[in-house]
Amino acid sequence: MTKNVLGISPGSLSRKRSYWERIHLDPWLLLLLVVLIISGLGVLYSASGQNLDLVIRQGMRFILALVVMVVLAQLSPTTLQRWALAAYALGVSMLIAVEIMGDMGMGAQRWLVIPGVMRFQPSELMKLAMPMMVAAWLSRRPLPPRLWDLVVCAVLIGVPVLLIARQPDLGTSLLVALSAVFVVLLAGLSWRIIGLLSALAAAALPLLWMNMHDYQKRRVLTFLDPETDPLGAGWNIIQSTTAIGSGGVWGKGWLEGTQSQLEFLPERHTDFIVAVLGEEFGLVGMLAFLILYLLIVCRGLWLASAAQETFGRLLAGSIMLTFFIYVFVNVGMVSGLLPVVGVPLPLVSYGGTSSVTLLAGFGILMSVHAQRRLLPR
Amino acid sequence: MRLHRNPVKDPQRELYIYRVRMLLAVVLVVLLTGLLGARLYYLQVVQHEVYSTRSDKNRVRVEPLPPSRGLIYDRNGELLAENLPTYNLMLVRERVDNLDETLGLLVDLLALPEDEVESLRARSRQRQRSYQPALLINDLSESQIALLAVNRYRLPGVEVEAQFLRHYPDSEIMSHVLGYVGRINTQELERIDSGNYAGTHYIGKTGVELSYEDELHGKAGIRKVEANARGRVLRELEREDSVSGKDLKLSIDKPLQQLAFDLLDGRRGAIVAIDPRNGQILALASVPGFDTNQFVTGINVKDYRALQQDVDLPLFNRAIRGSYPAGSTIKPFMLIAGLASGVITPETTIYDPGYYQLPNDDRRYRNWLRWGHGRVDMERSLAVSNNTYYYSLAHDVGIDRISEHLSKFGFGQRNAADVAGEGSALLPSREWKRQRFNQSWYPGETLSVGIGQGYLQVTPLQLATATAVLANRGHWVKPRLALEIGGDPLPEVLPETLDDITLPNDEWWDRVFSGMKKVLSGREGTARRSGVGLEYAMAGKSGTAQVFSLGQNERYNASQIRERLRDHALFMAFAPVDEPKIAVSVIVENAGGGSSHAAGLARAMSDFWLLERNAGGQPAGSQAEKDPDAEAAALSEGAL
Repeated sequence: MTKNVLGISPGSLSRKRSYWERIHLDPWLLLLLVVLIISGLGVLYSASGQNLDLVIRQGMRFILALVVMVVLAQLSPTTLQRWALAAYALGVSMLIAVEIMGDMGMGAQRWLVIPGVMRFQPSELMKLAMPMMVAAWLSRRPLPPRLWDLVVCAVLIGVPVLLIARQPDLGTSLLVALSAVFVVLLAGLSWRIIGLLSALAAAALPLLWMNMHDYQKRRVLTFLDPETDPLGAGWNIIQSTTAIGSGGVWGKGWLEGTQSQLEFLPERHTDFIVAVLGEEFGLVGMLAFLILYLLIVCRGLWLASAAQETFGRLLAGSIMLTFFIYVFVNVGMVSGLLPVVGVPLPLVSYGGTSSVTLLAGFGILMSVHAQRRLLPR
Repeated sequence: MRLHRNPVKDPQRELYIYRVRMLLAVVLVVLLTGLLGARLYYLQVVQHEVYSTRSDKNRVRVEPLPPSRGLIYDRNGELLAENLPTYNLMLVRERVDNLDETLGLLVDLLALPEDEVESLRARSRQRQRSYQPALLINDLSESQIALLAVNRYRLPGVEVEAQFLRHYPDSEIMSHVLGYVGRINTQELERIDSGNYAGTHYIGKTGVELSYEDELHGKAGIRKVEANARGRVLRELEREDSVSGKDLKLSIDKPLQQLAFDLLDGRRGAIVAIDPRNGQILALASVPGFDTNQFVTGINVKDYRALQQDVDLPLFNRAIRGSYPAGSTIKPFMLIAGLASGVITPETTIYDPGYYQLPNDDRRYRNWLRWGHGRVDMERSLAVSNNTYYYSLAHDVGIDRISEHLSKFGFGQRNAADVAGEGSALLPSREWKRQRFNQSWYPGETLSVGIGQGYLQVTPLQLATATAVLANRGHWVKPRLALEIGGDPLPEVLPETLDDITLPNDEWWDRVFSGMKKVLSGREGTARRSGVGLEYAMAGKSGTAQVFSLGQNERYNASQIRERLRDHALFMAFAPVDEPKIAVSVIVENAGGGSSHAAGLARAMSDFWLLERNAGGQPAGSQAEKDPDAEAAALSEGAL
């Protein structure tokens, strides 16, 4: 480490490091995450129809994910920066592999199956590899980014996003693109270009619509007017808003939500779990969760902005903003604000891969944060 | 924008830009979270009521509890209509993915004829709302139930439901009394209180089942249940039990009804017996009858067509809807009209040359006996069924007073309290003819009415009712079928009957009765052969109704006329004369003369009722009147 070049005073090195600092973890963020995960498991127990096995399975995944988080927190951001290209390349090649020989599942090719070993969603890897790559590229460049940097970024973003969109998984491709866009924005993309690109995006919307699959179009149309298809595509939105609305201020009580317990609510332990929360715990429970998420995001953003290295700063900021977007899109979708896209509620919805990815992201955030302690200004 | 190949990194500036952007991001995050909060506030506070209701509608299902239909008994407590448990196939359209497929599969599984698909489809639509189960097939067999259970997963929306099915143990003899229940059709659906019939698939279609529908049906209950998204009931939240329909006890005497049927067996006709003391209908037979049970489960098209096209018209309720010329059975009532209007007294006589001529008219209105009965008084006019007497009487009374007085006996009207579908037949009047044909009334038409022909038509029920009123010396009783509803006896005398009929001298009734007794027991009585061996006093009058009208000088020759064009045989009677307990009317279609082909049936009904069914109640002093001329030559064939 080149301490003197970076102007680190010897005194700060001798500062006593706390136990938490030594293990590279932020206690506040960890506490908030654990509170969220445990309350989420409580909701899951109700949403799964009191299936304890399922809750335990999910709990085990969280333990695994927390281990991943702790391990990643021990790595230095420099290591991550070095790995960025490799992770990105691996992700893109796996996406291509899925494109070529992907397992046909759920009408979409999203899974890569290594027979007998594992099923893996390459797009899940891209959620982290993508911002890492863009952050790694931009952090070497003088900022704000110049036009050339942006062209490189556009290519870096475009290739995997198109591959994911072709699977087809529009929701994930947009979120992956967004995670990279956040990096570019935080790097200081000029407002003029932001305005220009927004205008271009708006103009491209009809083009996007024409290239959408029927089910994707139907989702958008159903979102605009769920009553047109109350038993088909609109069913989910009608039932979820009914669940949330009928919860009222205080909710129907844990395990007492009729919409969820009587199975009117579809996908209640995965994407629509927030409707169970709204029904059983009411506005109070919903606001408590939203505040919990807000605290996590704010704490995360605070940690990110305290980072000293550009790469870590950009990556950590992007990870936290993407995390928030997950929350916003999921809650917005279930409450009928946004069209139905397959986005789970982070750290609450049932599902293994996404919780590992999310907590891995928090691991990276903590590693970035720990570096600040190692290299205080 | 400048393009430097190797520009210098400026960490301070980068950090500044980053922090500004981050601040904006935090503001945006808070705003978006606020937006979510606002949306949740809108859903959970502002719109809470709406969604709360919607959620309850989701989970709470209101299920009807159909009441069990009241049973029907005869006057002796014998069961005439019961409810048997059966299993029905129900279909909930809402839960069927593909109706064609489901119906096709059902036809295959249950090995129904191919063409049943269409009728199943029609039945599946009988409920307006697609979530209400529609009855597709009745009375599933055990093997059918098993087949359905095994294939349940292939048949979403198809359910097997246990239900009680109406059954009529003596369906044929009771067919026209009880009527039957059948599936509720679209018109009925509009009429009934659909709440009270939710879960009920049957409704009274004809007969007592129709006239006492409200009492028999009962009151539907409901239960509110919590059901899950797949429609499975999880628990009961609320329950209001149904109230069973009321049992009905009829005045019909099953053995007497059976006898009436047996008497008419192989013929077409009707017998109605009424207790003159209270108007209770003891027998109401229309032959041929039919098996009403097949209508309950939904008769198939072929069988229904066969019944409908049967030349004997088994579906036609002759007893209450059949309009027949009264023939000479009208004569006692004509006498009452004459006596009441003061045109005749019991002492009035005429001389019968064998015909009657209107003043200033050459046309001869013939007596059935071509050479005439000579001097005829009132009683003899009945006994020999003289026509000339009644031509003269009718002419003197005039059509206006005839219709006035005959209507007092209930002719031309529906009289019964609770007989569904009763016909009114026809009592002609000047007014009626003007309205019907826009013609004035001709005097000759009055003469036809006087002997029960012409426009005058009566139903067997009307004739029996009028006979009962006559037997009561003019005291009206309303004919009725119900004795008790739900164990509560109905009042002996029903309201809204016609006014009693009075004569200037009460003994004149006896004179008319005396003439009617002579019909059966007199030396010259037209039905004296049927009166042989009577153990009580019976008064009656035969009648022969022309189906085929003869030209002026043609003579009736039964053998030359096809069976269907032969005369109808009629008889009306009551007994015992002093204390009447039964009034009966008999009509046998195309049988020929009433005195020979109907009188015996009335006698048999009366004998059975008075001597066997009510042996203990036999009135004192009703000595049999022996007819001295029982063996005398027949006057019967063609006797009017």
